[in-house]
Amino acid sequence: MAHEHKLEIFRGLLKFKSNTQKIWGVLIFLSIVTAIEVTLGIYKPDSLMGLFLGMKLLNWIFIALTIVKAYYITWDFMHMRDETKALRRMVIWTAVFLIIYLVFILLQEGGYIFKVWDEGYITHDF
Amino acid sequence: MSTTVLNTGTEGKTWGGGNQPLHASYGKMMMWFFIVSDALTFSGFLAAYGFSRFKFIDAWPIPDEVFTHVPFFHGQEHPMIYVAFMTFILIMSSVTMVLAVDAGHHLNKAKVTFYLFLTIIGGLIFVGSQAWEWSTFIKGDHGAVETRSGNILQFVNTEGDRLALSDFVVAKDSPRERLDRQDGLWFMSEGSLPTYTLSEVIEGLEAHPDILVRTQELTDKGHSKVVLSRAESLKMVKENGKGVVEGANLYHNEYGSPLFADFFFFITGFHGFHVFSGVVINIIIFFNVVLGTYEKRKSYEMVEKVGLYWHFVDLVWVFVFTFFYLV
Repeated sequence: MAHEHKLEIFRGLLKFKSNTQKIWGVLIFLSIVTAIEVTLGIYKPDSLMGLFLGMKLLNWIFIALTIVKAYYITWDFMHMRDETKALRRMVIWTAVFLIIYLVFILLQEGGYIFKVWDEGYITHDF
Repeated sequence: MSTTVLNTGTEGKTWGGGNQPLHASYGKMMMWFFIVSDALTFSGFLAAYGFSRFKFIDAWPIPDEVFTHVPFFHGQEHPMIYVAFMTFILIMSSVTMVLAVDAGHHLNKAKVTFYLFLTIIGGLIFVGSQAWEWSTFIKGDHGAVETRSGNILQFVNTEGDRLALSDFVVAKDSPRERLDRQDGLWFMSEGSLPTYTLSEVIEGLEAHPDILVRTQELTDKGHSKVVLSRAESLKMVKENGKGVVEGANLYHNEYGSPLFADFFFFITGFHGFHVFSGVVINIIIFFNVVLGTYEKRKSYEMVEKVGLYWHFVDLVWVFVFTFFYLV
């Protein structure tokens, strides 16, 4: 079995000599991202507490960093980078589309129910 | 027998199955499709968590205050540290797994064995940590009073620091005993009773003039919760208090909304079950590697397929970590 691995990450900015080296490189990157998340989570800087598109800016940063981590786990640990474009799109696009749809409708509904309680006449229902 | 087999003459050609547009074996492709469906299950859970949270956006527990314990550091508060450690363990075991897959490509049996072994150890440490976290969460640490409408009242001193019930409440001999199966009818029993009764809490509150009640309502910034004045505190506990809550289960939760505990048990439990089954599958594959099954087959693709599942478990944890502990 001849396995070709694509060895560059960050769009070719960083190219590794071997697959093993790339794995350690990605580990270091993921650890750094996690460390940033934890530090932000502990200190919660006031400047990031403002609202942006209905959610705290800090939460948007957490979500963005999570997606970055998910990308590198899928692309380099699960070798999605080496699969054909068709398989990649079958898996990623399906999941991403359905998840965005589900999250959108549920959060929209949750926010609506909160508003009914907050502004309406019902104090507590279920 | 073989002489009766008819050949179409198209073997190896595009319509005879010779074309593999995805360049992936059947097993690997099915593992990917399973992962997609499992990812949707997990996102269903996390989206439901988001729904409940948006529903109670002004009164949700602050995760930093809930998960503050680290084993062997008793009584100290280190928010996030232990979960960060767990995350690192899982990412690390993902790394050893991908190293095992890589060694498999080079048909290096000794290395595959070694890395798979490390992966299993990492998985076990993670499951153990999760069990510890569950038990800490179930036991609780401060205790609270639940109101008739299901809200949670916690206690703080004038500086705003949390107080445990044991700091100011004195337990007396209570006439109320736990109802057990042998005391009534066979279907009548109840869970363990809290250490203190509501009237003891009220007495303790009256005896200490510097204790205030903290409600579940979040302040504007979301950093902290609304603390009532002394007069309001007494009034709140006396008029609305229904019982004492210590720790958390599916019905009561001293940290706030019971939904928080429900989702915690459900989502981390479902993830923990995935880790557990991943460890079991890894152990099976580990023995296959040791026995030389894949050596004979000249292909370690099975390790790769199991590896995909293991990385997926790590991937899910990244999201659970964010949505349960950070956001």
